[in-house]
Amino acid sequence: MSGYPESMQESLRLVEKTRPNRVGKALPEMTADEKEKILQDWHPDFKSDQKRALKIGPSKGMLVPHEVADNLEAHTIIKPGDIDLSNIDYDVDVLIIGAGGAGLSAAFLAQENGIPTEKILMVQKLRLGDANSKMSQGGIQAAVAPDDNPAIHYLDVIGGGHYENKPELAELLVREGPNVIRWHEELGVMYDKLEDGTMQLAPGGGTSRKRMLSCKDYTGLEITRVLIDEFLSREIPFVELTSAVEFIMDDKGQVAGAVLYDMDHDEYLICRAKVTVLATGGFGRLHIQGFETTNHYGSTNDGVVMAYHAGANLRDLDSTQFHPTGAAFPEQIVGQLCTEKLRARGAQPLNIDGELFVYPLETRDVEASALIRECYGREKGIVTPTGMRGIWLDTPLIEVINGEGTIEREFASMLRNFNKFGIDIRKEPMLVFPTLHYQNGGVEINARCETNIPGLFAAGEVTGGVHGKNRLMGNSQLELYVFGRRAGVFAAEHAKNVELGELTLSHLDQYEKWLDETGIETDRKAPILLPEYRGKKTLKHQIKLL
Amino acid sequence: MIMENNESNMVTIHVMGKSHEVPGDLTIMKAMEYAGHQFRRGSGCRGGYCGACATIYRTKGSYKLLGALACQKMVEDDMYIAQIPFSPAEKKSYDINDLRADANAFMVHYPEISRCLSCNTCTKACPQDIMVMDYVQAALRGDVSEAAKLSFDCISCGLCAIRCPAEIVPYNIAQLARRLYSKYVDGPAEHVLEKLKEVEEGKFDAEIAELQSLDREALKERYETREKRL
Ligand SMILES: Cc1cc2nc3c(=O)[nH]c(=O)nc-3n(C[C@H](O)[C@H](O)[C@H](O)COP(=O)(O)OP(=O)(O)OC[C@H]3O[C@@H](n4cnc5c(N)ncnc54)[C@H](O)[C@@H]3O)c2cc1C
Ligand code: SF4
Ligand code: SF4
Ligand code: FES
Repeated sequence: MSGYPESMQESLRLVEKTRPNRVGKALPEMTADEKEKILQDWHPDFKSDQKRALKIGPSKGMLVPHEVADNLEAHTIIKPGDIDLSNIDYDVDVLIIGAGGAGLSAAFLAQENGIPTEKILMVQKLRLGDANSKMSQGGIQAAVAPDDNPAIHYLDVIGGGHYENKPELAELLVREGPNVIRWHEELGVMYDKLEDGTMQLAPGGGTSRKRMLSCKDYTGLEITRVLIDEFLSREIPFVELTSAVEFIMDDKGQVAGAVLYDMDHDEYLICRAKVTVLATGGFGRLHIQGFETTNHYGSTNDGVVMAYHAGANLRDLDSTQFHPTGAAFPEQIVGQLCTEKLRARGAQPLNIDGELFVYPLETRDVEASALIRECYGREKGIVTPTGMRGIWLDTPLIEVINGEGTIEREFASMLRNFNKFGIDIRKEPMLVFPTLHYQNGGVEINARCETNIPGLFAAGEVTGGVHGKNRLMGNSQLELYVFGRRAGVFAAEHAKNVELGELTLSHLDQYEKWLDETGIETDRKAPILLPEYRGKKTLKHQIKLL
Repeated sequence: MIMENNESNMVTIHVMGKSHEVPGDLTIMKAMEYAGHQFRRGSGCRGGYCGACATIYRTKGSYKLLGALACQKMVEDDMYIAQIPFSPAEKKSYDINDLRADANAFMVHYPEISRCLSCNTCTKACPQDIMVMDYVQAALRGDVSEAAKLSFDCISCGLCAIRCPAEIVPYNIAQLARRLYSKYVDGPAEHVLEKLKEVEEGKFDAEIAELQSLDREALKERYETREKRL
């Protein structure tokens, strides 16, 4: 039985009809000029009315999406007068904020580099590993194939990032690839292997080699749960359901810890730290331009907001990654990721006539633009009962090309998640549309993962520079471990030479003053910590009595 | 794009005893939000990958107590719902380098595994349709490979653990099995270590430095004409 309603059946029949003739066929990749043009015409990032220049702060003048600007041009959620800094709840050498791949890696390396275990603290908004890191499906890039090397990887990263990457960061990313995979295997991560014991490698959008390593389509889950198991075994102190809400500074201008917020008790806690590592991940839950997102519940841009309040430089936040293939049907899972690896293994994007219209492995920005153009420019999208437009992703072709059983073996999560809603992706295609996926930019760091503020280090999706203006599939997972590990090493080194001064939150007063002087009048507050999804009626009647 | 809710097909759900009218095509998670709930605990990835949203429910007229992921399960009319956002369980500390891939590893750290009654309750409780009993039994036999492979899709939601009459925590056993399998049965891929050695010897340094010396136009030219081997 079909999982799609009657209104979509005619188009489905065309998909089936054209399938035999499409096996092994692909349209050519676009030329450099064509790519530039389609980005200009169709990529959401190029809509000039969707961004504005920041009016305040260290990166004043930088163009960012309105949703990010709203978050930055907002009042702080705590006022210095409300907080007593003299009662210190946690006094540590290294504070790590965010337990995704970047934060967990930093914790290990800080410990291995001489920080006593009890002098490390991990704070985490949700539970350990409730993070984008756990959700990655498709894989992680690393130049480990015989015909590959970091220099080849480097060129892919830089070209994919439109030559805007920070070269020293891109270099570290590719150089460290094989070492990260070695580290994972030593910890006990189950990578997909071929019969002969070598890694199973797939291509990705914008790669010139097969360079994608995977753990079925649960790559992030597998890596993250191994890291958490190791983290718990090492007995590194941590506190869950507790958010960092602002940095604490000292009178020498150093970051000296953070104000934490216990989300079970609505209580604040003070953490003094010689060094702080920011690893809070991305901003998907800001729903840039109203897009649905693939991101986890806690990805609300807190890290960028806090760092900006403290005076950190930002970069590349004008560029946002829309993943070409988010689910467009069924309604319950709209926006959730349909991994790029589906296309790498042969699934083709098709329009309402069941016809090819784009090379399936363009870089993500170009591929997403082509899908949007097909739906809204050429009017060749498939319309769902709720009025959403989408493109077919012809997954049954994966089995035609690679043999029966491939989907069950390699795409267990995709198969399961669609099956729950009555669609068997071995027999019927998925319906997809671009979805908000990744924050390409963020807090600026150097090769030591230092920000421009002494005492503040950062790693992972919250940072900018590694990927320039567009990230390739698999390079974010790699980034987490490369830079998370480095942040741990250099934070440990830094902690040994720090003398903290008097604690203060005066930077928040300064920020409020800037808002005032700039004439920004708003009732917005940030960081928001959680997105607001409560029904309209509830929100209208909100009241706090207890 | 974010769509409005479809309010033409409303159903009634009972969240910890309180009744709410919600659109019938929502997941439990979105329906609870629609009804006014703001998750702090109980919502993580929202995509079936983290197990934060473990939920138990009964439907009217049925004695069966069922488990589900709130972010993956659609509401049904007259569903009685409670969330289990946390399952108390002790994860043992170990150094993976000191262990061997055999039954002993499980017996030492999780001796309660030998109490397994083969009742299959865990398998029935699993929202990921994993053969939980089979992987527990495999671990008990020391078949680390089988335990690792069978448990691969586990998201540690805890629903099996709260139902097990022998008080076993299957997902902790599964985690240990997978690490042991990868490290000792499968072993590292040699070509990764070879490539790592070449990198450390500086074999690619000159090539990277050369790329970094190019100006933007030259780099672009190099990128556009690069050889692809896919
Ligand atoms: C669905 C999906 C699929 C993906 N697939 C791939 C892929 O195949 N390959 C790839 O390379 N990349 C992929 N990515 C991207 C990649 O997984 C992420 O960019 C990466 O995991 C981010 O890691 P991180 O450690 O920086 O942040 P996260 O993993 O998001 O961790 C940040 C943590 O910080 C916590 N936090 C946030 N704010 C606060 C606060 N104020 N106080 C305390 N804690 C806080 C969050 O709750 C979270 O747990 C994918 C992303 C998603 C969402
Ligand atoms: S095996 Fe247990 S913990 Fe893992 S997914 Fe199934 S029920 Fe949840
Ligand atoms: S529920 Fe417990 S006792 Fe029953 S089969 Fe599963 S692990 Fe064994
Ligand atoms: S919220 Fe992660 S599995 Fe449901």
